[in-house]
Amino acid sequence: MNQTLLIKGGRIIDPSQKIDETGSLLVAEGKIAWLGKGEATPPKTDYEVLDAQGLVVCPGLIDLHCHLRQPGYEEKETIASGTKAAARGGFTTICCMPNTNPPLDNQTAIEYIKAKAAAEAVVRVLAIGCISKGRKGQELAEMGEMAAAGAVAFSDDGEPVLSSHIMRQALDYSRAFDLPVIDHCEDTALTEGGQMNEGVVSARLGLRGIPNAAEDIIVARDLALAQLTGGRLHIAHATTEGAVELIRRAKEKGVRVTAEVTPHHLTLTEERVIGYNTNAKVNPPLRTERDIEALIQGLNDNTIDIIATDHAPHTEGDKLCEFALAPFGISGLETALGSLMGLVHKKQLSLATLIAKLTHEPAKILGAKQGKLGTLAVGAPADVTIFDPNLEWVVDTKDFASKGKNTPLVGEKLKGRVIATIYQGKVVYKDKTIKLKQR
Amino acid sequence: MTTQPIKTVAPKPAPVWRHHHILDVDDFSREEIELVFNTTQAMKEVLSRPIKRVPALRGKTLITLFYEPSTRTRLSFELAAKNLGADAASLSAPASSVTKGESLIDTVSTLQALGADIIVMRHPHSGAPYIAAQYVKASIINAGDGWHAHPTQALLDLYTIQEHKESLKGLKAVIIGDILHSRVARSNIWGLTTMGAEVTLCGPPTLLPTELGEQNHHLPPTNIEHDIERALDGADVVMTLRLQLERQQSGLLPSIREYVQLYQLTEARLSLARPDALVLHPGPVNEDIEIASAVAHGPQSVINEQVSNGVAVRMALLYILAGSQKQ
Repeated sequence: MNQTLLIKGGRIIDPSQKIDETGSLLVAEGKIAWLGKGEATPPKTDYEVLDAQGLVVCPGLIDLHCHLRQPGYEEKETIASGTKAAARGGFTTICCMPNTNPPLDNQTAIEYIKAKAAAEAVVRVLAIGCISKGRKGQELAEMGEMAAAGAVAFSDDGEPVLSSHIMRQALDYSRAFDLPVIDHCEDTALTEGGQMNEGVVSARLGLRGIPNAAEDIIVARDLALAQLTGGRLHIAHATTEGAVELIRRAKEKGVRVTAEVTPHHLTLTEERVIGYNTNAKVNPPLRTERDIEALIQGLNDNTIDIIATDHAPHTEGDKLCEFALAPFGISGLETALGSLMGLVHKKQLSLATLIAKLTHEPAKILGAKQGKLGTLAVGAPADVTIFDPNLEWVVDTKDFASKGKNTPLVGEKLKGRVIATIYQGKVVYKDKTIKLKQR
Repeated sequence: MTTQPIKTVAPKPAPVWRHHHILDVDDFSREEIELVFNTTQAMKEVLSRPIKRVPALRGKTLITLFYEPSTRTRLSFELAAKNLGADAASLSAPASSVTKGESLIDTVSTLQALGADIIVMRHPHSGAPYIAAQYVKASIINAGDGWHAHPTQALLDLYTIQEHKESLKGLKAVIIGDILHSRVARSNIWGLTTMGAEVTLCGPPTLLPTELGEQNHHLPPTNIEHDIERALDGADVVMTLRLQLERQQSGLLPSIREYVQLYQLTEARLSLARPDALVLHPGPVNEDIEIASAVAHGPQSVINEQVSNGVAVRMALLYILAGSQKQ
C-alpha cells in the first residue's frame, strides 16, 4: 500500500531542478506530491514523518548497467535478490544486461523479465536487449520488437561486438527506435587469456595482462561508426585514460555518444589483485591511479555522463579457485554509494555532480519514454533515496541482499550510507535506525 | 635406522625464519636465505655419507601434487624427503583436470586429511599455491606456479652461485631468454637482488615485459638489455632459460631460427663475460636452441651441480619447515 509520507528537514539535492537546500518532501499516492523549502510544511495533514535531519534526500538512484543473472544463473542472483540489493544500495531503477541463459535477444525474453519483475522486484527493472542474436555478433537481434516490448537499450555486454560491420548496422538500425547501443569495448585479440590490467603488477604476479589499448581501439572504432551512422552509442564501463580522451574529442565533434564508469574503476587500482584476490578480478580490469585521475576528470567535465555499477554477482564457489579460472565481476550495488562518497569526501567530485551522475544523467539516457525518472519534480514517481553522507560503516557481505558476495571491499570502512529507499512511494529499504512517526 | 645425527653446526630453525609456507622468495630476507645456505651445507655433508639418511623428519608425510609434468623437481623433492626419513607420496593431476568443478581447495584439503604435513605443489596457473595456502594447515611448498614463481629453483641457483663465488654481493648476473613466461626468472630476480647481485634481463622485447625494468615499488630494480652481447659484457653469472617452442606459433617470435641467431648463448658470446663466469640453466635444456651444446657441457657450466644441489637445498627447506611447524 502506498504511504503518505513526509520526508522532513533533509538536505534536498535534485540536479534535475538544480536544487540543493534544506527542505521537506511529501510523497503521496506513489508520486512526489509537494516539495517545500526550509521550514515549510505541507498542505496535507495526514502523513507519517521520516525525520531526515542531517541526511541527504535525492532522486532514487538509477543504474544503467547491472547483471541480475535471471534466467539461467539463479544461483548467482535473481530478479528478487538483485532488486533487494538495489534497494539497499539506494537504487530505484536498474537496467539488467541480457547476458543471461538464454540471452535476452527477443521480445519474449524481454516480456519474461517484465513479468518476473512485476511479480518479484522491489524496484523498477528495465531490460536491455541483445544487439545480436544469441550474443554471437553475427546477425542483428530483433531490436524493433524488443523495443516495442520495453527494452531500453541494446548490448551484447560481456562480449564486444567484434565485427565492425555488425556494429555499424546496429548503430544504424537502432536509430529507428532512438535507443542507445551499449558496447563492451574490448579487442579480444589483445585480451585472450588476460586476467588483469597489463602493467607492473601483472608483470610481478605472472598473470597475463589486458592492455589499455584493447579498450581504446574498440572505443575509437565505435566512435567512428557512431559518427558514420548518426546512431546513439553508449560506452559501457570506460576504464582508460585513452578512452576518456577519445570520447572527449568525439563529443566536441558532435558525435552522439554517452559513457559510463563504474564505482570500482573510479576507486580501486590493479594493486587490489595482489595476493591473487579473485574478488578483484573484473573485466575491464582495475587499472592505475593515472587512469582513475582521467576518469574523474572525465566525470567533472561531462565527458563521462554517468556512473553505473556493472553489478556482476557470482557465487562464493565461483570465485574460490585459481585466479585464472575465476569469473570476472564485482558485486557492486550495495557498496556503490559508500565507495563513491569517498570521492566526495576527498573533494574530487562534488556531491551534486555525484548525484547527477546517478540520477538525472542516466534518466536523460533512458529518455522520456520511461516517464519522469531521476527527479523530485512534483508529479514524478516518488522514487527517493535518503542517505547519511557521513555515516561510517564496514562492508560485511553477510548483510548483503545480493547473492553475490564477491567484492574486494570486504572489511573496508566506507563513509556514506543509504538510510532509506523509497520506490513509487513505498519504503522498500530502511536502515534499522529509522523509525517512521505518525504525525 | 642406524644413522648419525646431523653434526654440522646445526642450523636450528632460528628466529630469523618466518615462513610456514614457501610460496616465493619475494618475502625472504637475506638472513633467511643465508639460513637456507647454511642448512644446505649441513645436508650436503649428510649426502656425502655412505648412508645418505638422517631421521630428522621421521613421521612426517610429504605429498607432491603436480598438475604439470616434471622430472627433476618432483624427484628431487621425493628424494629429499626420503633422505630425511619422511614418508613421501605423490598425486599427479593432469593439467587437463584443472577446470572449474575440480576444486584445488578440495584436493589440498583431502591431502591434508590423508595426513600430509607438507604439500609440494606445481600448478599451471600463477597464484594457485597462494589460494591453497589459505585453506590448509599443512605447509605448502610452491614447486612452480604458472609464470609466477619457482622459489626452490631460485634458492638452489643462488646456493650454486655462492658455492663458487663466496658471496653474491656485487655480482653481475644476466638472465637470458623468455623472461615473460618464466617463473624461474621471476624468483631469481627477487633472490639475486636480495643477496646484493645486480640483475640484467636479456631477451627479445616480446618476451621481456618493459615493466620489469621500470622503477617501481612492486619489483626490484633490474636492467633491461635486448642485445645479448652488451648484456653479457663483464657478467659473473649467466642464466639461460628454456625456450618453449610454441612461442613461434603464438606470434611472439618470427622463428626459432632467428631466436637462435640473436639469443643463443654460444662460446663466442660467453667469452664476453668474465672468464670465470658461471653458466646456469634450470633445465630441461633445449640444446643448441637457447644454449650451445658446447657451452651447456663446457667448463663454465654448473648445470649438473644445480641438479645435485637441488636435493640438498630441498632437504634444507624441508628440515627448516618441519622445525618451524613444531613451534
